[in-house]
Amino acid sequence: MRPDNVFVLVTRAGHNTLTTTRVERLVGGFRQGVEASVPALRRYARALTRDAELADDLVQDTLVRALRSEHLFHGGDIRSWLYTILTNLNRNRLRALARRPTMMAIDENDAPDMAGPEAGGRDIERALGALVEDQRTALLLVVLEGLTYREVAEVQGVPIGTVMSRLSRARMQIKDYLDGKRPALRRVK
Amino acid sequence: MIDRDSPVTSDELHAYVDGMLPSDRRPAVEAWLATHPDDAAHVAQWRAQAEAIRAHYGMVAEEPTPERFNLDRLTAGGRRWRAIAAAAVAAALIGCVVGWLAHGASANAPSAFEQFTAEALNAHKLYVTEVRHPIEVQAGEAHLLPWLSGRVGTTLRAPDLQSYSLKLLGGRLLPGLNGPAALFMYETPAGERYTFYCARSNTARTALRYNAAGDAAAVLWVESDIGYVVSGPAERNRLLDIAQTAYQQMEARVPTRATENLPNARRGS
Repeated sequence: MRPDNVFVLVTRAGHNTLTTTRVERLVGGFRQGVEASVPALRRYARALTRDAELADDLVQDTLVRALRSEHLFHGGDIRSWLYTILTNLNRNRLRALARRPTMMAIDENDAPDMAGPEAGGRDIERALGALVEDQRTALLLVVLEGLTYREVAEVQGVPIGTVMSRLSRARMQIKDYLDGKRPALRRVK
Repeated sequence: MIDRDSPVTSDELHAYVDGMLPSDRRPAVEAWLATHPDDAAHVAQWRAQAEAIRAHYGMVAEEPTPERFNLDRLTAGGRRWRAIAAAAVAAALIGCVVGWLAHGASANAPSAFEQFTAEALNAHKLYVTEVRHPIEVQAGEAHLLPWLSGRVGTTLRAPDLQSYSLKLLGGRLLPGLNGPAALFMYETPAGERYTFYCARSNTARTALRYNAAGDAAAVLWVESDIGYVVSGPAERNRLLDIAQTAYQQMEARVPTRATENLPNARRGS
């Protein structure tokens, strides 16, 4: 059986109605579930950080943390749980970075060998880079990872209404950015 | 029954785009979009954004999973695995470049760029204000490049930045994170100074990164294990232009073996 199936089943059953057999299958499938989530975690981390090396470091830290905290996983969707760990680790990373001078990747577009079909991708990459972290996280979890609004709210630890407004602001900002109103300056509170 | 006038909320438009709208609200939203072109345009844009994001990052999940994510290995070694890997890399490099990696091996990846840039910016700030001795060796002296190339361990070139009215004054040798570093200094007729810093890096390659720190700013990139930092006044666009020019010139260089410069280096030092 594909490990994914175990967790889909468990998710649909809900936390309170887990039967013993399902719990056993869940425990047995924990590692498989984590393993099967690696490709999606790498995709999410890559889009979050827009830096392949950083992203993979983040995924590795997430996996180590998850394996160590297996006893804290009480069922539910293992992917959401992993997304939560990764999102928090990324937030900690950014907090640590904020104490140092800020760094951001800049246009590679000017280099002559960067033209071609990838140019559109770079636009979206830069537009994502201009977003506030919480908005970027919400948008990516929805459009790239296919989480429901409720799941995103759980990952981010906020009410659904907050997720909706983050999503809405992210989309408006990306539109403005792509329309050429750049640089999309971050508003400092 | 479809109530065409039932107000459709912005949340529902998002849910419609994300496929999370309850099916009984679908007809109402579609009817709304048919009569509200502004909202229809938003929906189309949001869809295009989502498509672009999926097109750009979707394939990452199709890549074969690198061995470093093997769970057995992660459980066995945990964080130790990383230290072992770093040590292995260090050992391999020490074989080639004795003693130059004293600090480098233990530097952790996320902060390596910042540290590297901070080194370059510190050197920049220290020497641009220097009136009498901004450099050690004048641009006109033939041994400037062979000497610095020999010490840094790669064939260095000082980029030609005449198109920005920047004249090369000369260069100096500095201690860096991973070994000796070279600092070239440029000056405009108005006395504005820019520096070009080169040293070995732990990272093989990166894209350009901009970093502002007070009134000075820096652009970093890494190519073939050598990190380059262009520092100057915090005028983003001009600095980026200059860095792009330097980057292109470094890219275009003909690869030569650093050892060819060693005899000169001895003469120079």
